Amino acid sequence: MPLLENGGLVADPWVAVAPDAPIPDAPAIIGHDRALAEAEALAGRNTPLGVTLPNDVPPETLLPILDRLSLVVLDLPKFRDGRAFTQARTLRERHGFRGEIRAAGHVIPDQYAALLRCGVTTVAVPEGTDPTVWDAARRVVSIAYQPRLDPTAPLAGLRRRLELA
Amino acid sequence: MSSPAKLRPATAPVVFTGNFLSDGRVAWLAGDGTWSPRIAEARVFPAEAAARVPQDPRVVGPYAVEVDLAAGLPTPRRFRERLRVTGPSVVAEPALRLALAS
Amino acid sequence: MNAVTPVGAPRHPEHARLYRYDAIDRAFLQERIAEFRGQVQRRIDGALTEDEFKPLRLMNGLYLQLHAYMLRVAIPYGLLSSTQMRQLGMIARRWDRGFGHFTTRQNIQFNWTKLEDVCAMLEALADVDMHAIQTSGNCIRNVTTDEYAGAACDEVVDPRIYAEILRQWSTLHPEFTWLPRKFKIAVTGSPQDRVAAQVHDIGVLAKRDAGGAVGFEVWVGGGLGRTPLLGTKIRDWVPEADFLRFMEAVLRVYNALGQRENIYRARIKILVRDMGAEFAGAVEREFAAIPRDPYALDPAIVAAIAAHFAAPPFAALADEPATYVRARRENAEFAAWTRNALRPHRAPGYASVTISLKPIGGIPGDASADQMEALADLAERYSFGEIRVTHSQNLVLAHVRQEDLFTLWQALGPLGLATPNIGLVSDIIACPGMDYCALATARSIPVAQRISERFARLDRQLEIGELNLNISGCINACGHHHVGHIGILGVDKRGEEVYQITLGGNQGNDASIGELIGPAFSYDAVVDAVETLLRTYVDRRDPGERFVDTYRRLGAVPFREALYAPA
Repeated sequence: MPLLENGGLVADPWVAVAPDAPIPDAPAIIGHDRALAEAEALAGRNTPLGVTLPNDVPPETLLPILDRLSLVVLDLPKFRDGRAFTQARTLRERHGFRGEIRAAGHVIPDQYAALLRCGVTTVAVPEGTDPTVWDAARRVVSIAYQPRLDPTAPLAGLRRRLELA
Repeated sequence: MSSPAKLRPATAPVVFTGNFLSDGRVAWLAGDGTWSPRIAEARVFPAEAAARVPQDPRVVGPYAVEVDLAAGLPTPRRFRERLRVTGPSVVAEPALRLALAS
Repeated sequence: MNAVTPVGAPRHPEHARLYRYDAIDRAFLQERIAEFRGQVQRRIDGALTEDEFKPLRLMNGLYLQLHAYMLRVAIPYGLLSSTQMRQLGMIARRWDRGFGHFTTRQNIQFNWTKLEDVCAMLEALADVDMHAIQTSGNCIRNVTTDEYAGAACDEVVDPRIYAEILRQWSTLHPEFTWLPRKFKIAVTGSPQDRVAAQVHDIGVLAKRDAGGAVGFEVWVGGGLGRTPLLGTKIRDWVPEADFLRFMEAVLRVYNALGQRENIYRARIKILVRDMGAEFAGAVEREFAAIPRDPYALDPAIVAAIAAHFAAPPFAALADEPATYVRARRENAEFAAWTRNALRPHRAPGYASVTISLKPIGGIPGDASADQMEALADLAERYSFGEIRVTHSQNLVLAHVRQEDLFTLWQALGPLGLATPNIGLVSDIIACPGMDYCALATARSIPVAQRISERFARLDRQLEIGELNLNISGCINACGHHHVGHIGILGVDKRGEEVYQITLGGNQGNDASIGELIGPAFSYDAVVDAVETLLRTYVDRRDPGERFVDTYRRLGAVPFREALYAPA
């Protein structure tokens, strides 16, 4: 599946690993429950590890292994289901997660800017996706009325200018 | 979308309706396969056809409406659909209100 | 960044108090319109399905109703300048059928919108610093407040300041735009609750501590609809600095835990009810975990926004000027109007005037383009160019000199805007119902019209006294029937419209949810039923009792017996 980052398509180095398959010595995505269950065995691993986090599981569940994760994949089963937005922001702001946060499932370009603002970095998009539509969607509104954690110079009042990579 | 919430299998002849994407006005599937703003031009299907709702990118939320036939012209059975044919039962337009009052 | 053409500032009257946009706010609106224009184009091109487009158009106020699209325009906390009102009239004339419908959320709806016109309408709104953002969709909706803000004698804190802060904070909030369901917030700054705080997703009561510092009492989980519930107080005092941080905590708990499978269980009220005391606990834990400083509400920001709502330059006047007293004495019709239309004002010599949008036999909340334009002129002449929309679908000129009341009244009469029925039986709240709404199961408007015609005579209305009669055309309860002293709910019974009656509802500090009195009435019989209820009340009331008081004292039995007695 194509991967979108900073408004353009990029190569996806990650492989998704089936629940019962061995974990390869390559950037691998496994279920969050398996990562927790096999935490000890995975402790010695030197290649990047990623997990999928279902949208009804609080991000706090990942705390025991969060510092060893390079990727958290959040699921939007329907684009209208906004739980991933809260999960992403919680991972970034509360738990200081600095790795990749990926949105997967049914995501539409019109959600891209808000996902980025919540801390999502990449989106798994369908084959044939035109990245220019997504790039335009993240650029169209350049002003936000909400504060954010990193110190940014506000424009005035509650407003600030959005910064894009 | 404007289809009624409760759906049960149709027992009467049906016509298909929706709203035009461009202006939201009520649309009826006509005999030639196009969509018409006039129910008089609607093609009447047997009840069994109700589940096979025709799709058209220019029409939003198409669904089947049960009708009675009088002189070959379809009249929806449900009051809601009759309102969609006639427009609101109340007069809100200021010009029309004035005309009615005088 | 998107290059945006600078837009000129609209000329609001100098002393109209509303949040005045600056270049940043205007640039934001232009960007938002550009975004929606792109979305409309992608929908027409087929790149967006209707399923995907629907929430996007809803978040720009655009519904698809029975006969056409409907555009719901945001009127932030019900506050309009005369310039804005005039523009609404222009929009009604140019793109609609010469009228608009004011709603219980202090917004206005245009019923005959075309998708191809919407962006032009949004441009026209932006010309006067208005928009339709988040007037629908599963996001934070237009924040409502007291229509007498800045004028009410009992006001402790000006709620407009915090309503505006919430408006900004909730605008395109990145985390809370895809909530389980819609989210409605009301703010009041008076001990007398005039915003129905207890039937909102969040009800905020702004107050002051002994030292004069502002803080907020927070109620959560009230709402009407299929499962009417009163809110629960989860905090007695949120300090001003923590206001947004606390709001974020409530919304975050809701976004993470609210039901998403069943639309009728998705509002926060169900979560609050099901979690019980644990809900407040979850909010407090979330609140404690959100870093304090980055989300603190800076006093400088509060002060900057408060400056928009400073008191207009009231003249030094005395109450009850001789001209006003004489006009009342000499003109019985004027005197009758003043009895219900006026509220005391904090500035001596002024009054707040409620203008009825409920003419006998009219459509509750409707105003014609002519009326909007004339009201804009009157607001400029008599009330600093400011107009408020009330949640009971009327309008308010908040700051009118008592010495001007008679001339104002004379001007309102020919416009059809001097109906002396504020708070009386014909001042009915009604949703658009099945005449327009795709969700409705029965009509509301013609029921309201027939009831107001039945009680057209003012002496009869005055004899009945204060009464809230609210009508909804479906279980979603946009007509607030649950909190009407008499509530009417239209439902579909095998293709026929029938009307259930609830009694004993009330809003305000002693809010209550009305109780179903018995089997539903037909469209033809419902007006007689209302008359029977009111006759029973008049016969049985103690002096000074409102309908709801009598109902609370006597219970349902006498009313039920009167309604369902064999003929």
